[in-house]
Amino acid sequence: MRITCPNCGERDRREFYYQGDALALGRPADDAGLDDWDDYLHNRDNPAGDTRDLWFHEAGCGAWLVVERNTVTHAVHAATLAEKVKR
Amino acid sequence: MAKLIALTPCAGLLPIAHGAAEVTEVVPECLVSVAPYAGQNKATSARLKEQVGTGLSAVNRRVGGVTWFGHGTWLVAADVALDGLAAVTDQSDAWAVVEIKGAGATDVLARLVPVDLRAQVFKKNHVAKTMLGHMSVAIVRTGPDAFEIMVMRSMAQTLVHDLDVAMRGVTAR
Repeated sequence: MRITCPNCGERDRREFYYQGDALALGRPADDAGLDDWDDYLHNRDNPAGDTRDLWFHEAGCGAWLVVERNTVTHAVHAATLAEKVKR
Repeated sequence: MAKLIALTPCAGLLPIAHGAAEVTEVVPECLVSVAPYAGQNKATSARLKEQVGTGLSAVNRRVGGVTWFGHGTWLVAADVALDGLAAVTDQSDAWAVVEIKGAGATDVLARLVPVDLRAQVFKKNHVAKTMLGHMSVAIVRTGPDAFEIMVMRSMAQTLVHDLDVAMRGVTAR
C-alpha cells in the first residue's frame, strides 16, 4: 500500500502512522450533548468500503493527512493535508 | 570551570571508504530550525532573505543555507532573528551530518532508502525526508554523485554502521 503525501509524493505505507477515523477532526462544541461527545470519543463505524482516516507521516515530513481509501479493494483514493480539510 | 572537550557527532567513526564510495562528516557551524507561525510564511521568508540572502525554500528543496525540513519547518545554516514570525530553535549540536560521495553512492543508498534517488528524478538540492534503514533522515543531493544525510545525533553510530555494511555489500558485487 502506498500513500501519496501532498508534500513528499508517493511513499510506502511504513513511513506513516495510523491514527483512526477522520471524524476526530470534528470536535463538538463544549456544550454539545452527551450523545455528540459519546459519538466523537467512542463510536466508530467499521465500514467495508470507502473510509476517511487520519494518518501521520511520521518517518517523512511530519504532516497529518486525511486519507480516503477503500478497505475492501485497498485502493487509496486521495490524501489531503489535515490542516486544509474543512472542519 | 572544567574545560569541556567538544566532540562532533561522528568523531572516531568517520571517514570510511569502500570501493567507489566514501563517507565523511560535515560539521555545520550553526543550524537553527525555523517554523513559521500560522499565516506567517511570506513575512518569515522576506525577513529571512534580508538576513541570509535567501527566503524559505520550496517544499522538498534546498536553496543556499535554507533547507526544507518537514511540514512547515526549515533548517537554516545561520542564526536568525524572526521574533513574532516563526519559532526558531538552535539545533547546531542536534544533528549528525555526513556526506556520501563517489560513483557508488547512489547504489549504496538504494540499499537503505525506500525513495528513488537516481539523478533523473532526484536532482541537485532536492530534499527527501524519509527513512534510512529504520531511522528518520533528511537526504539532500549536493552533486552528481554526492548526498548529504542528516540524522539525529544519537543515531550517528547506527548511521555509519548501516552505511558501512551497505558500502561493503555494493563493493563485493
